[in-house]
Amino acid sequence: MAAMALTRGLWLRHPRLVAAGHSFGGHVYTTAASVKPPQIQTDVNDTDRILNKPLESPDFFRLSELYSLQDLFNARVHLGHKKGCRHRHMEPYLFGCRLDQDIIDLDQTMEHLQLALNFTAHIAYRGGIILFVSRRRQFCHLVETTARNCGEYANTRYWQGGLLTNAHIQYGQGVRLPDLIIFLSTLNNVFQQHVGIRDAAKMNIPTVGVVDSNCNPSLITYPVPGNDDTPAAMNLYCRLFQIAVNRAKDKRKQMELLHSLTSAPTTNQ
Amino acid sequence: MLLIHTSSRPPQVQTRQICVSSVLHRKNLAAAGPEKFTTEFIQKQVEEFNIGKRHLANMMGEDPETFTQEDIDRSIAYLFPSGLFQKKARPVMKHPDEIFPKQRAIQWGPDGRPFHFLFYTGKQSYYSLMHDTYDKVLNIEMHQDRLRAKGLFSTDTKNISLGSSRWLIKEELEEILVETISDHDYMRFIKLMERMLSLPYSVIEEEFVLRFRRQLEVQSTKQVVPQLERDERGVAFSTTEGRRKTSNCSVVLRDCGSGHVSINGQDLLLYFPVLQDRQQLMFPLQFVGMLGRFDLECSVSGGGRSSQAGALRLAISRALLGFLSEGEMENMRQAGLLTPDPRVRERKKPGQEGARRKFTWKKR
Repeated sequence: MAAMALTRGLWLRHPRLVAAGHSFGGHVYTTAASVKPPQIQTDVNDTDRILNKPLESPDFFRLSELYSLQDLFNARVHLGHKKGCRHRHMEPYLFGCRLDQDIIDLDQTMEHLQLALNFTAHIAYRGGIILFVSRRRQFCHLVETTARNCGEYANTRYWQGGLLTNAHIQYGQGVRLPDLIIFLSTLNNVFQQHVGIRDAAKMNIPTVGVVDSNCNPSLITYPVPGNDDTPAAMNLYCRLFQIAVNRAKDKRKQMELLHSLTSAPTTNQ
Repeated sequence: MLLIHTSSRPPQVQTRQICVSSVLHRKNLAAAGPEKFTTEFIQKQVEEFNIGKRHLANMMGEDPETFTQEDIDRSIAYLFPSGLFQKKARPVMKHPDEIFPKQRAIQWGPDGRPFHFLFYTGKQSYYSLMHDTYDKVLNIEMHQDRLRAKGLFSTDTKNISLGSSRWLIKEELEEILVETISDHDYMRFIKLMERMLSLPYSVIEEEFVLRFRRQLEVQSTKQVVPQLERDERGVAFSTTEGRRKTSNCSVVLRDCGSGHVSINGQDLLLYFPVLQDRQQLMFPLQFVGMLGRFDLECSVSGGGRSSQAGALRLAISRALLGFLSEGEMENMRQAGLLTPDPRVRERKKPGQEGARRKFTWKKR
């Protein structure tokens, strides 16, 4: 079952396999009529292994080494907005309030950031399309450069209404939508929630978002409570996401090389 | 006889359609957008064009190898003479790149991943251009900071020469980007470029800036100064022509004269009894202060007395150009002596009494 689901997710290479062989629990039973060479089975097992290997360990890409609580503090990630701007749903993530300014709980941020980075890395490992979104003019160039360096995509400009929901008409038939959207700032220029969050929820696209104390974290799959106004904090996030994506892609290339090397002797027979 | 009932449906079962809605089969023309040409189609058109060009050259008896676009245009005009007024409606044979509008190929690869990193913005070329321009701005600012650190920063730097060029207009920019942009977008782009140019060290990005500037057409018709000829005695004279409304005239202006004027063989006072016409004639000479220096021999036909006088005035001013310096020529141009008057009689339209006058409006 899992094998079939995975092959469907990848570009269909072996449609014949579905008809001629049945797989239960990883073993492949072939009918007498099929005269297939064995290399196809090793390929499927390879892709199986390549895709399942990272799921076996909690931090396969060792992303927790990239940052520490001290780094977050130095980058001023814990600074929120004033008490009056606080959003009701952000109260669980706040450590407290000092001189009317909200302080975000960095312990919770650490956990959420680990989950978000791990998720991003897994998506990048499986060749998914990642879209970086931020509507802050200060950091528009930074976010676009980050996306370019990762080999992923960015939208820091005016969000056209039907981008996700009307994509087939706006871009043409057969367009592929992003598999993950990362919001480096969930608000748009008029301090309302970005339209992309609602659209991604409509199109079943998971989202990662840096939520400040005046943002609504409800519709975001992996919220990361943290500051989105300071250049230091934004530089940190961009750096972390860039490293995570690049690491995941390099790891994927490594695994494919490894498996092609191990399976080459069997195919040459 | 045993009948085997198959409880499970075979894979290729025919489902009977209960009703067919023609609405679903009709093409949604509005949603399809402008007609798209595939790259294979364009390539086929290019091959056909090249073969057709060679055939045409053979037909006209010319060498197929050296057959240029002007030759093609000439041959088509010869083979298919057309009296249509609209130039665009006449038969034309041009390279397919000029006929079919430039279109975008599919923007993503076989795995579905788009090629451009700003694909999901909708206007990838425009935003990529803005991104690159901002990159240059940051580059210049970094350069300035480095110079400031070394202590070599100075505000009196060479500026990019912008006097004789203009920014690209919106249509030209759209052509370059192969996508439509709004006026607002265009304004933002120009503002960003202006901001870049306001930095003192913008010279380092000169090449990038000049890509978006076009040379201004130099005074479209440079004043053609008529050649000064010399007759047997060595006296300089120039012959010019002038037009106004329906009058045509030609004037021979001779140097070392006494201010003698003859028109169509007659004297000036005889031909132009009205003072106003004589003033028109004399104005160019009076303007440059050479009233008694030249002799005029004019011939004029067509039009009425005022338009003949205007035609003569233009011809005299043109003839004078050969005897003047650049500065005086510019003065004459500013005075309007060298501009041909474009006003002609407007035709009468049906449903109206004259060109503009309408019939009397009656309430009932």
